[in-house]
Amino acid sequence: MAHPALQRLAELLPPERLLVQPQQLAAYESDGLTAFRQRPLAVAIPETSDEVIALVRLCHELELPFVARGSGTSLSGGSLPVAGGVVITLNRLNHILKLDPAQRIAVVEPGVINTQVTLSAAPHGLHYAPDPSSQSICTIGGNVAFNSGGAHCLKYGMTSNHVLGLKAVLATGEVVDWGGASRENVGPDWCGLFTGNEGLFGIALEITLQLLPRAECFHTVLAGYRTLEQAGDAVAAVIASGLLPGAMEIMDALALEAAVAAVHAEYPPDCEAVLIVELEGPREVVSADRVRLDEIIAASSPVEARPARDAEERLAIWKGRRSAFSAVGRLSPDFIVQDGVVPRRRLGEALRRIGEMSRESGLRCANVFHAGDGNLHPLILFDGRQPGALERAEALAGKILKMCVAMGGSLTGEHGIGMEKRDYLPDMFSAEEIDCMKRLRAAFDPLGIANPGKMFPGPEAPALTHHGLHPLEKAGVIFRE
Amino acid sequence: MSAALTPASIAELVEAVRSTPQLIAVGAGTKPRLSAVNVTKLSTTALRGLVEYEPSEFTFTALTGTPLREIIAALAERGQYLPFDPMLVDAGATLGGTVVAGLSGPGRFRFGGVRDFILAVQFVDGAGRLLRMGGKVVKNAAGFDLPKFFVGSLGRFGVLTEITFKVFPRPASRLTLKVEANTIEATARILTEAANSRWELDALDLLPDGSSICLRLAGPSAALESLADEILARWPGRKLTEAEADVLWAELREFQWAHTGLPLLKVALAPGDVVAFHQTIAALDGARAHISAGGNVAFVSLAAADQFAALDEKLRALQLSGVTLRGDAPLWSGTRTASKISHAVKAALDSENRFPSLDD
Ligand SMILES: Cc1cc2nc3c(=O)[nH]c(=O)nc-3n(C[C@H](O)[C@H](O)[C@H](O)COP(=O)(O)OP(=O)(O)OC[C@H]3O[C@@H](n4cnc5c(N)ncnc54)[C@H](O)[C@@H]3O)c2cc1C
Repeated sequence: MAHPALQRLAELLPPERLLVQPQQLAAYESDGLTAFRQRPLAVAIPETSDEVIALVRLCHELELPFVARGSGTSLSGGSLPVAGGVVITLNRLNHILKLDPAQRIAVVEPGVINTQVTLSAAPHGLHYAPDPSSQSICTIGGNVAFNSGGAHCLKYGMTSNHVLGLKAVLATGEVVDWGGASRENVGPDWCGLFTGNEGLFGIALEITLQLLPRAECFHTVLAGYRTLEQAGDAVAAVIASGLLPGAMEIMDALALEAAVAAVHAEYPPDCEAVLIVELEGPREVVSADRVRLDEIIAASSPVEARPARDAEERLAIWKGRRSAFSAVGRLSPDFIVQDGVVPRRRLGEALRRIGEMSRESGLRCANVFHAGDGNLHPLILFDGRQPGALERAEALAGKILKMCVAMGGSLTGEHGIGMEKRDYLPDMFSAEEIDCMKRLRAAFDPLGIANPGKMFPGPEAPALTHHGLHPLEKAGVIFRE
Repeated sequence: MSAALTPASIAELVEAVRSTPQLIAVGAGTKPRLSAVNVTKLSTTALRGLVEYEPSEFTFTALTGTPLREIIAALAERGQYLPFDPMLVDAGATLGGTVVAGLSGPGRFRFGGVRDFILAVQFVDGAGRLLRMGGKVVKNAAGFDLPKFFVGSLGRFGVLTEITFKVFPRPASRLTLKVEANTIEATARILTEAANSRWELDALDLLPDGSSICLRLAGPSAALESLADEILARWPGRKLTEAEADVLWAELREFQWAHTGLPLLKVALAPGDVVAFHQTIAALDGARAHISAGGNVAFVSLAAADQFAALDEKLRALQLSGVTLRGDAPLWSGTRTASKISHAVKAALDSENRFPSLDD
């Protein structure tokens, strides 16, 4: 242990929970964006809040950079290690500290897996609404850091709409405790500011989440359309009708092809797009609303509309949808995914331009997206073994991002800026606005030791290299949306 | 107190901020305690109007001084509404004042409060810079979420100029039920059961009389009648007529039940605090409370300014905190934690202390 910082770290953790050997560190070199890789100085595996606090305070004392890590599924390079810094993995802080069905809240440690919250709430008829498609593996700490979304954001919001309280250790070593069991708040909304900080403010230690009663009843319709535009028009018609569906998703032809190949999903023939709309609520409400939805869909000239007749058919529709992204992996050795947002009324135009840009660059692009909130997920297919292919894919991704911002949308709806999109931040915010964010960051982290190099444009960009799909995606455990 | 400034454009507002050493923005003055600080007042009332409204996007952007009333009317024309159910609408409250006060109404029970519907802000910081944070689309994860931070910030970190909100389609109809409970324990049980039910209530409130619970349903009218029958089969009560319901919710929205000229506070509660909180209020002679959003917030009207000290002590014992909206009483009550980060963020946004601190 030559490095002096390692000696100090070793005073805080037993050797089996402080990884320093290259072969041990290899597993932490990248996250869900495998194009970036960086070996850290060490990986610390705390088991308690107190250990995390002690680690952060030591980092502060030594000016040692640290990167918090949940399950490492970030798609924007958010949990990429920093050279010479420590990765603090939070997977062992994985206890649900309190489940209070009467107040409909859960208090959890940051390493708790997203689906665990819903699983433990389910016996009480409750659920945790944010459902990123990586939910079977990603952590609540990661969700909080990235303000993660899912398929139900239009109606239920993102992670931050469900965080009621936070205990955190800031990069200064200060421990804060904001909010709590109440859905209301007095004074500035600190939980709101902390959520979505991308690991730049500190480490969340305890999170109070709001739980919701599970919807009693669902009505799910799958409709196929000749053109993407028609599917987009159908979304507009649903929105204009005054209905508020729980989810509205579109898959294009290439994504459909992939889902068919992967899970033998069956779709209406000759369709360029499939739309999935789901209503949810008390059975009386759903049965009144479904009549209207079915009329709207019938009037939108679908090739075919298929309402799910039972729970099994509903699950099959969602299985096809959820599998689409990893299924695309079967069509192409590699892909990258963006998650820019456009105003909903410009969806058709955005998709057309993505099609044009993809043809120009000679790369195929599949689209599976949250149509209800304009959150695109273009999947750019490439073969990383071909020289220059990754760079071309990244260039196409960049063009798509710029288009989203130019249309009045956003660089990211849910995956965060991270390492990947930091150079595009100035497309969305002015220099003064970025300075303001930097001052905020400095308030939480004056030394710049918490996840440095992310979110803000900077010189020290590591070179892109090609490494393929997230191992868990290859195994079909998690899916991209 | 110094004279008021009334900028008529954003450019004038920026100029006013730059040239005034110490100031605080004021909207319609419906929550006067929040700005009762001895510095120059900057009135936002001349900065009014919708800047953008895209019904198909479920978003609008309005100038900070726009009366809620105007926004509600514009949204209603297109069959939409503000789900956080703003308060003090008839009194003339502005959008900006509502945000910095962090004030949501009974309807926040269903989909969330102001914080859950704010998407973007444009504001002037302490150095007089005009900045925009957040995104004007319904979903955005780029940059720090300062818009949320401004909710409840009492204008101590910047002056809002424009605000973008998410809106929803207005439910086709509403139906309000009133049920009675004999004891506060029974009331608390009803609140919990109703909140956890399959009904997806739009509002769930305990009225200032301390014993009537109001449950509001919203959705297609065909569905509401049968949901209402099920609720009334569970607990004795009745359906209100539309007119009765309108009066009731307006009374709550406008604080018509509160003592005039005396302290009115907002207290953040958890449903589990309802019984103890109710007992605290009952022990203060003549004080009243409207417990809203299924027991997640209470509005307290004191019967005498000198009751504040007792309430403050009780809130601290219960580990609750409150903020005074109007009347002669300290701004904060109950538990308060001093944190270094609070000062550091204040310095980041307002290094010159142009705006009062949260402690003033
Ligand atoms: C196949 C696939 C599908 C996905 N689908 C979605 C989707 O539908 N919606 C969506 O929003 N995202 C999606 N993602 C992205 C990703 O899963 C989310 O960003 C998730 O929240 C990351 O969680 P994690 O535990 O893996 O965090 P990590 O990747 O380990 O970390 C993410 C960020 O959080 C920080 N962090 C982690 N823990 C803490 C903590 N306790 N305190 C402070 N900071 C912390 C890290 O420093 C890093 O910046 C997907 C990813 C994959 C690989």
